[in-house]
Amino acid sequence: MSTESPEVNEVIEQTPHAGDGAPPTDQLAPTLMSATDAANTTRTKIEIENLNFWYGRKQALTDISLAIQERRVTAFIGPSGCGKSTLLRCLNRMNDLIPGARLEGTVRVDGHDIYNASDAVVVRRHIGMVFQKPNPFPKSIYQNIVWGAKINGFSGQPDELVERCLRQAALWDEVKDRLGDNAYNLSGGQQQRLCIARALAVEPEILLMDEPASALDPIATTKLEETILDLRERYTVVIVTHNMHQARRVSDETAFFYIGQLIEKTPTEQLFTRPREQRTEDYIMGRFG
Amino acid sequence: MNGASNIASRNIDLAVKARRGFGERIIRFVLAGCALVSVLVTVAIAATLIYESVGFFRDVSVLRFLTESQWTPQFVDKQFGIWPLLSGTLLVTLIAALVAMPIGLFSAIYIAEYAGDRIRRVLKPGLEVLAGVPTVVYGWFALTFVTPVLQSIFPSLGVYNALSAGLVVGIMIIPMVASISEDAIRAVPRALAEGGYALGGTKIEVVSTIVVPGALSGIVASFILALSRAIGETMIVTLAAGATPNLTINPAESIQTMTAFIVQVSLGDTPHGTIVYKSIFAVGLTLFLITLGMNLLANVIIRRYKESY
Ligand SMILES: Nc1ncnc2c1ncn2[C@@H]1O[C@H](COP(=O)(O)OP(=O)(O)OP(=O)(O)O)[C@@H](O)[C@H]1O
Ligand SMILES: [Mg+2]
Repeated sequence: MSTESPEVNEVIEQTPHAGDGAPPTDQLAPTLMSATDAANTTRTKIEIENLNFWYGRKQALTDISLAIQERRVTAFIGPSGCGKSTLLRCLNRMNDLIPGARLEGTVRVDGHDIYNASDAVVVRRHIGMVFQKPNPFPKSIYQNIVWGAKINGFSGQPDELVERCLRQAALWDEVKDRLGDNAYNLSGGQQQRLCIARALAVEPEILLMDEPASALDPIATTKLEETILDLRERYTVVIVTHNMHQARRVSDETAFFYIGQLIEKTPTEQLFTRPREQRTEDYIMGRFG
Repeated sequence: MNGASNIASRNIDLAVKARRGFGERIIRFVLAGCALVSVLVTVAIAATLIYESVGFFRDVSVLRFLTESQWTPQFVDKQFGIWPLLSGTLLVTLIAALVAMPIGLFSAIYIAEYAGDRIRRVLKPGLEVLAGVPTVVYGWFALTFVTPVLQSIFPSLGVYNALSAGLVVGIMIIPMVASISEDAIRAVPRALAEGGYALGGTKIEVVSTIVVPGALSGIVASFILALSRAIGETMIVTLAAGATPNLTINPAESIQTMTAFIVQVSLGDTPHGTIVYKSIFAVGLTLFLITLGMNLLANVIIRRYKESY
């Protein structure tokens, strides 16, 4: 697929001067850019085209087209009920599990249509997800991480895997002496990082996070955000958040949704400083929502 | 004027409150009384059993009760070893467990995780009907249907045997296992299963390694409750298992369970006060202790499981 994504802006009529999706305009702090910058050109990892989604008769997403860049953090923002979680769950076919849900349009990952050319289970093995509420399995910390790897045919050293994933999720130091403890004995923030570690253990390329910090205190949130910024070097991350500051801190691009529609997607700094759409501006200024 | 009416209404308020307090006390009293009934009955049963058993053990030592290998209180050469009756009960219970635990658990998993709404709407009431069948009907079913079928497979099988009774007791407790296990499975938070699916788990992987283990204590509790029901089951074994106290593990043989012995003596013309008559209380006490122990165990496990998430 192309490296550019002008089609994203179909939704937004009044901006003929595209080019906003161009990678080099990334304005986040240079410290965050090492790995991505080396590659310099980013390419489209996930391409959503004319996506419509219904829960029974109720339409939750309307004609969404959006490209998500590889090894970037993309934030979804918008008022409650606008369909952010729904869209996120369309990206790894979690919505398949909801009876009566229906989807039209295409979602392509690396050019593969995940709904027609793939099995949902295979899709989810490559696209990890972290939920709003931490949901570790009621097993040991160790088992939580090994579970996904095992069912995915992992045959290496589980001890190494556990350590590596916990380090990546910035949890290792806190739990290295009690890997056999039940995950429910961890604090909420630790549980959430365990869920991230668990997702990383199956070596996904994409990580979807649905308000991962909503149950966390500020310190845990800061840690989580640092984790996300680290992950960005190797993974494509999509994060739903209600926290504008968080979107600004962690994301390269931000997409704003309103009642099931994509209003605009631009580099994050631009969205927060020079939004193109009045509704975006109203929302980020806190005038509604 | 204003002030006066205020004071008056305050007084009325107080009166209303007092009356409601009185009504509440009555209701509380009635409710507590109802709750007390079952406790009192349990205590009364235990007391009777113990009192009468003491009479029995004055004539027959506990040592004989536990060490003799025959149960022949009605014979001239009386022996009072509990083991033949106990083994009869345990044999029937074991067979019932082998039937009910897998079938009940798999039905529960199917209903909770796999069945569509329409199938569930048929299956659940079906199970409830099964639970509501009187045990005498089950006993009759064992004797007149299951035993002949078994005999056509194993021609040497007698009319009365532990196998037929055990199978049918198993069928009887399937609904209990299924419904308690299903509740336990449903109580496992959806988010846990979603976490499994999001890691690329297939349905069978998620159900078998996350959902069912998450419900394990509830499932174990269902097993124990159902088994204590099987141990106490009387009608089916009286009709289909025979009346031969028999220290055996061979399911093809005729046996007698503790409950069936109690029925036999109670219905017969055994005079009160005889040693045979007294023996049923000792047997009853043994039965009571076993089921009590199992229920306590189930409670411990259920409490554990409430804490797990
Ligand atoms: N399982 C479901 N069945 C029916 N309707 C649903 C379901 N899940 C979500 N919806 C509806 O779809 C719409 C979009 O919901 P979604 O959860 O995607 O919103 P959201 O943007 O994530 O909101 P929030 O910020 O509050 O999490 C809402 O109107 C919601 O009521
Ligand atoms: Mg949401």
